[in-house]
Amino acid sequence: MKTIILEIMYILAGLVAVAAAFNALKDKKHPHPKETAAFWGIFGLIFLFGKYVPGYVIGVLIIVIGILAALNRVSNGSMETAEESERAKSAEKLGNKIFIPALTIGVVAFLVAQYIKSLGSLVGLGFGAIIASIVAILMTRAKVKHIPYEGGRLLLSVGAAAILPQLLTALGALFNEAGVGEVISHAIGGIIPQGNILAGVIAYCLGMALFTMIMGNAFAAFAVITTGIGIPFVFSQGANPTIAGILALTAGYCGTLMTPMAANFNVVPAAILNTQNKNRVIISQMPLAFALLITHIILMYTLAF
Amino acid sequence: MLSLVGILIILIGFIRKYNPIAVVLTAGIVTGLVSGIDIVRILDILGTTFVKTRYMSLFLITLPVIGLLERFGLRERAVTLIKSIKSVTSGRILIIYTFFRELAAAFSLRLGGHVQFIRPLVHPMAQGAAEKNFNEIDENEEDIIKGHSAAAENYANFFGQNVFPAAGGVLLVVGTLETFDITVIPLEVSKAALPVAVIAFVFAIIQNILLDRKLKKNHTKQTQKANA
Repeated sequence: MKTIILEIMYILAGLVAVAAAFNALKDKKHPHPKETAAFWGIFGLIFLFGKYVPGYVIGVLIIVIGILAALNRVSNGSMETAEESERAKSAEKLGNKIFIPALTIGVVAFLVAQYIKSLGSLVGLGFGAIIASIVAILMTRAKVKHIPYEGGRLLLSVGAAAILPQLLTALGALFNEAGVGEVISHAIGGIIPQGNILAGVIAYCLGMALFTMIMGNAFAAFAVITTGIGIPFVFSQGANPTIAGILALTAGYCGTLMTPMAANFNVVPAAILNTQNKNRVIISQMPLAFALLITHIILMYTLAF
Repeated sequence: MLSLVGILIILIGFIRKYNPIAVVLTAGIVTGLVSGIDIVRILDILGTTFVKTRYMSLFLITLPVIGLLERFGLRERAVTLIKSIKSVTSGRILIIYTFFRELAAAFSLRLGGHVQFIRPLVHPMAQGAAEKNFNEIDENEEDIIKGHSAAAENYANFFGQNVFPAAGGVLLVVGTLETFDITVIPLEVSKAALPVAVIAFVFAIIQNILLDRKLKKNHTKQTQKANA
């Protein structure tokens, strides 16, 4: 049951990507309409038919979209939503009611995840999105054609980076097959005493923060550090994976707060606010990030074991 | 040892700011090849994992309705709401913003951002409150208020988002652990994100109270000097 519903959800998600592809093709001012359309079109097709195609064929398709992205041929273009004056007028008219569909997504997802455990949060997210769409259409009397248009517009503005979490997990799988984890744990086995839980926890949290600071991306750090430190020094010692896993990720976020490598979060905001010191945002965040990182170590040590 | 070359590629690639998709793919393929996995098997692992992790990109189905709501003034209404915050100090304005932004993130509501909210709204309000309270704000104080305003957005966004059971971070944890045959449930993972969400907010409150105190102390000193 759950698998069938999920497969339908993937089809809907794939259709949003296909809509983005069509939007890019129709956008007369788009710098790379064909390449961008190919990227989202292939991505959409993987969602629609991925289950029925051999893995290595999908692998080739991923290389193709990877090359398109690497050549910077996947971009946003010039799709517009309604005029500002129209948006302001409609915001005035709808008032706070406009938040109802937006909150519906989250509320439905929570309710399904909590009370229909056999379906889980992903199906909940899908139901939430569908119900929210219906509520939004009834409320705004929007034309149905706006649905694919606006979905495609937003996906184009999110951009190619949207596929990164999936790629990083695939990278983790490749690392795993290649035995990268064993090599790292062997190499640092001399530094981190075997069988010492606290040492493992500290290494995992600090490793996440440091690696995130170097790379500017906690998601990428998570795949690497979990393979190298998390599995051999924390999970293998009997940590609750649910708790230790998410704490490791947010320990990485503490690193994000402290690094200029995370330009979108720390450098660009300083620039748009015209700060005198271009590291001002990081300076402001430093004390909190540091305190929170220590908190992570304490929480992981006490809650996960 | 050779298999570590993938990590090196990732490090260099991200530091040099090469396209992250290209970096990740290169790292994966090179790691596989130097470890003696044949190319068809590499492509198969890549493709199979990608199809298996389609759930990570399920947020795509929420985009049409969010885009539609934007068309009908979602952002404009949020701006009106933030403008209606009546608060007397810079720190308190930032605390209130952090609270609502974090709550929105927990419900996966993508409303916020430095460009959309901090620059045009939150920072001017925080700066305005300080000017009203202390007449003159020096350049250094102005800079600190800017830094704290930008930080509020990051705190709320980072530590609120994983409370949502279908958040990208939650699904990344689920998916990564799955490659090691460790099964965890998204809802449970998101519940485990709650303590950090709360503690991060408490820390943000403390930091912003300290900001208010600092501003007040700076300026009482100045008035005392002026009186003496």
